[in-house]
Amino acid sequence: MTYALQTTSLVKKFGGFVATSKVSLNVEAGARHALIGPNGAGKTTLINLLTGFLEPTSGEVILNGDKVTHLAQHQRVKRGLARTFQINRLFADLTVLESVVMAVNERLGLGARFWQSVGSHTAAVDEAVELLERLRLLDVAHETTRNLAYGKQRLIEIALALAAKPSVLLLDEPAAGVPTIESRELFETIAGLPREVTILLIEHDMDLVFRFADRISVLVGGAVLTEGTPEVIAHDPKVKEVYLGEAICD
Amino acid sequence: MNKSMIDLTPLTRATRWHPAELAFWLLPVAGYFLLQDNLVLLTQIAITALFCLSLDLILGFAGIVSLGHTAFFGIGAYAAGLMAAHGHGDPLLGLLVAGICAGIAGFISSLLVLRGADLTRLMVTLGVAMMLYELANKLTPITGGVDGLQGMEIQPLFGSFAFDMFGKTAYWYAVGVLFVMFVIARRLVHSPFGLSLKGIRQNVGRMPAIGAPVNARLAAVYTLGALYAGIAGALLAQTTQFVALDVLSFNRSAELLLILVLGGSGCLYGALIGTIVFMTAHHFLSDMNPEYWQFWLGLLLVLIVLFARDGVMGGVRRLGALGKGGAKA
Repeated sequence: MTYALQTTSLVKKFGGFVATSKVSLNVEAGARHALIGPNGAGKTTLINLLTGFLEPTSGEVILNGDKVTHLAQHQRVKRGLARTFQINRLFADLTVLESVVMAVNERLGLGARFWQSVGSHTAAVDEAVELLERLRLLDVAHETTRNLAYGKQRLIEIALALAAKPSVLLLDEPAAGVPTIESRELFETIAGLPREVTILLIEHDMDLVFRFADRISVLVGGAVLTEGTPEVIAHDPKVKEVYLGEAICD
Repeated sequence: MNKSMIDLTPLTRATRWHPAELAFWLLPVAGYFLLQDNLVLLTQIAITALFCLSLDLILGFAGIVSLGHTAFFGIGAYAAGLMAAHGHGDPLLGLLVAGICAGIAGFISSLLVLRGADLTRLMVTLGVAMMLYELANKLTPITGGVDGLQGMEIQPLFGSFAFDMFGKTAYWYAVGVLFVMFVIARRLVHSPFGLSLKGIRQNVGRMPAIGAPVNARLAAVYTLGALYAGIAGALLAQTTQFVALDVLSFNRSAELLLILVLGGSGCLYGALIGTIVFMTAHHFLSDMNPEYWQFWLGLLLVLIVLFARDGVMGGVRRLGALGKGGAKA
């Protein structure tokens, strides 16, 4: 079995607080893997460790068989690990096309070209246009990002990540803040991604998770509580307890 | 919508010059013929415009705040001054050496400046400039200290255009260098590199996630901005054949920031127009009211920041948008 993304006993401590506790995660190549867990389970910290925003206290992160534990964020992106953000992190005053062209430029290694205009690098522009077409963003290509509805902006989040042609894509609550109808469309787009792209999905909405994922890891208190197929997870009493407990607390 | 239907001209628009830009660059020509008695002032404007352009590159486009940009201006001025005072008076060689010296200093200080956030950057840039000021002050045998660096001998430009007492050569020299440096900057900001700088300014947290090495890009533009400032400093030294300690003063850094905000940062013409407006206002206000002219300057600054935050160029853009809206309606 080949794994696209693995962690081995990953630990992250903030002072005395253990945010991530010996997490060993194995995401198979081509999987639709979901990471769920109640608030404060350490999902965001784990994402930050995977992408390189944080360095772990101990343990390793392995991407396509290579250790990337100490690589910077942009170096991991170059090796095929891209992410979207739970809360949009976009370029408010750039147009949609400019944003995506910029991301494609980085993957093609054109980001430091300083003489020819952006538009004259046609390979990058063509690729960006194709990506916009795939995500049905072509009609707003020249709109300034800040003027778009939130749902459209969520698609730009995904377009920017896909521009990196990732082999592993981390989706951090892609449907957060999007109205139900639009979120269904969003997930159709995500489900339509080719199988070469391994997806690790962090999501609160259980319906979406159980429809989308073929493998689920449950994170509680910074550690992996259990892992398995959706059927197994759905009938796991420990998982029920965790979510039931949370429901009562709410 | 089909991908063949999309209009890609907005991405290449910058390769063609707008008629208004061409008209703008006729101003120096008109200025030469109409204001023959004020060539010294016009030369100063061209030099300050280049200096302001250098700040615009790092602040306006990359978002690095600096209160010590004059450090590089001063390094350039002393480099060119020392060359000319020691028998290497070719102006273009002087520019080149000054630019390289300032660029190296820029690269080294970028390692310090890029470590922190805005407040740290303000303090580090300010500190570096202060140290250089006192260094130049102390090293009297080399720099002339408070008396300034004297004894510069500038050779004729291209070996044939001597710097005359009316300042004609100096004027065309300064305008020519400004124009060439402007064209380079203009290409730069419309290139993929320029686009990535805009990305960094707008959302620095996202850039690593699309694979961009943020610090390398910022170091590159900071180095380039320093090089531009060095060339501006060299121009001042060569055209006045003198380097005053004042080239490293805090006042000059602060004034430059003021000019850029006045013109509109993040827009190359903002730097140029801000300089023209500021220097002209400075000229007339200090003529009318030699002692208290700074009062009016202060007032102007407050009004701009309160009512036209993106400066003169922002106002022009808004007017343009209004005009278009009117035409549509």
